[in-house]
Amino acid sequence: MFFERYNPLKQEMVCILAPDGSCNEALRPVLDDQQVRQIYRQMWLLRIYDRKAVSLQRQGRFGTYAQMEGQEACMVASTLPLQPQDWMATSYRETGAMWMHGVPLKLLSLYWMGNEFGSQMPADVRVLPLSIPVGTHPLHAVGLAYAGKYRQDGSMAVTYFGDGATSEGDVHEAMNMAGVYQLPCIFICQNNQYAISVPRRLQTAAPTIAQKALAYGFPGILVDGNDIFAVYAVMREAVERARCGHGASLIEAYTYRMGAHTTADDPTKYRDDAELQEWRGRDPLLRVQRYLQQHGQWSETWEQQILEECTAEVEQAMTEAAAVPPPPPQDMFRYMYATMTPPLIEQEAMLLASLHRKGEGHGTAHAR
Amino acid sequence: MALRTLVEAINDALRCEMAADERVILLGEDIGRAGGVFRVTEGLQALYGPQRVVDTPLAESGIVGMALGMAIADLRPVAEMQFMAFLYPAFDQIINHVGRMRNRSRGRFTCPLVIRVPYGGGIHPPEHHSESGEAILAHTPGIKVVIPATPYDAKGLLISAIRDPDPVMFLEPERMYRAVRQEVPDGLYTVPIGQAHVVQEGSDVTVIGWGSMMREVNQAADLMRGEGISVESIDLRTISPLDVATLIASVEKTGRAVVVHEAPRTCGLGAEIVAQINEKALLSLHAPVERVTGFDTVFPLPQLEKYYLPTTERVVEAIRRVLAF
Repeated sequence: MFFERYNPLKQEMVCILAPDGSCNEALRPVLDDQQVRQIYRQMWLLRIYDRKAVSLQRQGRFGTYAQMEGQEACMVASTLPLQPQDWMATSYRETGAMWMHGVPLKLLSLYWMGNEFGSQMPADVRVLPLSIPVGTHPLHAVGLAYAGKYRQDGSMAVTYFGDGATSEGDVHEAMNMAGVYQLPCIFICQNNQYAISVPRRLQTAAPTIAQKALAYGFPGILVDGNDIFAVYAVMREAVERARCGHGASLIEAYTYRMGAHTTADDPTKYRDDAELQEWRGRDPLLRVQRYLQQHGQWSETWEQQILEECTAEVEQAMTEAAAVPPPPPQDMFRYMYATMTPPLIEQEAMLLASLHRKGEGHGTAHAR
Repeated sequence: MALRTLVEAINDALRCEMAADERVILLGEDIGRAGGVFRVTEGLQALYGPQRVVDTPLAESGIVGMALGMAIADLRPVAEMQFMAFLYPAFDQIINHVGRMRNRSRGRFTCPLVIRVPYGGGIHPPEHHSESGEAILAHTPGIKVVIPATPYDAKGLLISAIRDPDPVMFLEPERMYRAVRQEVPDGLYTVPIGQAHVVQEGSDVTVIGWGSMMREVNQAADLMRGEGISVESIDLRTISPLDVATLIASVEKTGRAVVVHEAPRTCGLGAEIVAQINEKALLSLHAPVERVTGFDTVFPLPQLEKYYLPTTERVVEAIRRVLAF
């Protein structure tokens, strides 16, 4: 319904929940108050996680971290229609989507603390390790979607990337192939207006990113990425299309990165404060808060309660991650191949001997 | 048993593995009805259908990235590149993802995929159709690099590669595709990855090659034998991981070695082999190890090709030099 009614070539954007909390009831998806309260709590948890992560990075306890503040609506609402058998391939700014699809906060924290075990997803979680080379991972989603279609097992793949990634050749190749094979694959572009410092208008002369889908032979749609109802409604339709064998979709979630690109970035060098303040007025979290207030579903006591709960949950995950002892150096070699190769066995022994001479004992080699 | 060319042996390996395992899916450019630019996949789409022999858009990075996703989902993709130089757009996927996925997910996700790549010169093609980039691949952690020289090895190694739990680059010497026929068994058999093959035992000098250069290596060995010189020729078959033990055992016996490759000289695999011999068999050496290689030039167009590619004569000259040292 939405994909047919909203034309990306005319820059028509799906908007249901306005910044003031008012809602287009005719378009509002069927989510009961309890579900909206749950979404609100999940968004708060992500925002708290994000702020704590930046704080830990400043203290030297997290490595460089990619912030997601301002993009919580898209990450939470877009994952709700997914099933556990569905695959997810994300970039580095989608910690929230990964968590929503089953990756524990402790693992995500472990990754940002610099331990590869943070990407050792639980056996039943179909989320790939986040991908740092921009725009490379949508192709992996295409392959996963191909496998789902080949096996007819009802699975699909969803992939998240930013506006900058749409300039990469791999994103073109991924969407092109998904179109050719009519794959159950959903491309979600979180257009947060900047690729580090370069504004969206310098990535493409096309008025929207969503319209690019049309050239690949599948529908694209522009949606207010800070609007949980719009994102959820559109995503649900894309998921239904994929499940019914109707192929791929592109969703351009129009949003804003309120924080820096990463903790190594200073956005004041390339962004006006006025622009940031304008987007703060469209904050996805406050929007849900206003909606809940207007529907008698919000109280200060409850807000205080969920903030405390989320803070505790985040802190516990980070504390648990920090308590994981660093892996032994042998691990560098152990996971390269199913069976360690002779060159790796030799190189591991060289490192261990050197460490031993320095007085650092790390036990025996894995291969022995 | 049947006499088969390298092309036919590879086709037979694919046919056998596709029959044995429905997770095996081929993807690449023109591999369906056309059977690939070298006709390696001829007849397979008619047998197994377009879902398993997948004609792709012209997108090498796309093919490899998609194959990676398929492999993570427990399929066994075998991707075909048309020529080595057209593999280069896929290096981002190979280096940044294929070779890293097992490690960075600490074993949770693996990439049991094969990328078949015709490589090397000698068929007088246009530009960009003669590259030997194997050293770049051997320098990349997390992948294996296999290069057969004979039809028998090609079939057995490819079946091993498809069954390998890790990603395998399978480089096929273009000019050997139809150069020779060899007895190749009909059914399934494997040749182990990671094991060099001592083609001919000898005692005076070790000559090491792989893939397309084995013809020159073997011809040089035969010529020297006529002069009463005993050459031990070794076909590496796998260049990553390198079977250093076989090389060292040979050099300890002969005390002399020559490495032959058609790839450019600087940082070619020959450099690594010389370093390994220096580290592990220096005191056995009677002469510096020689390299017979292509040059640090762009691979020439057909009129100059014969000056670029190592010849049997150049291999013989190198053998004479290490013997006379």
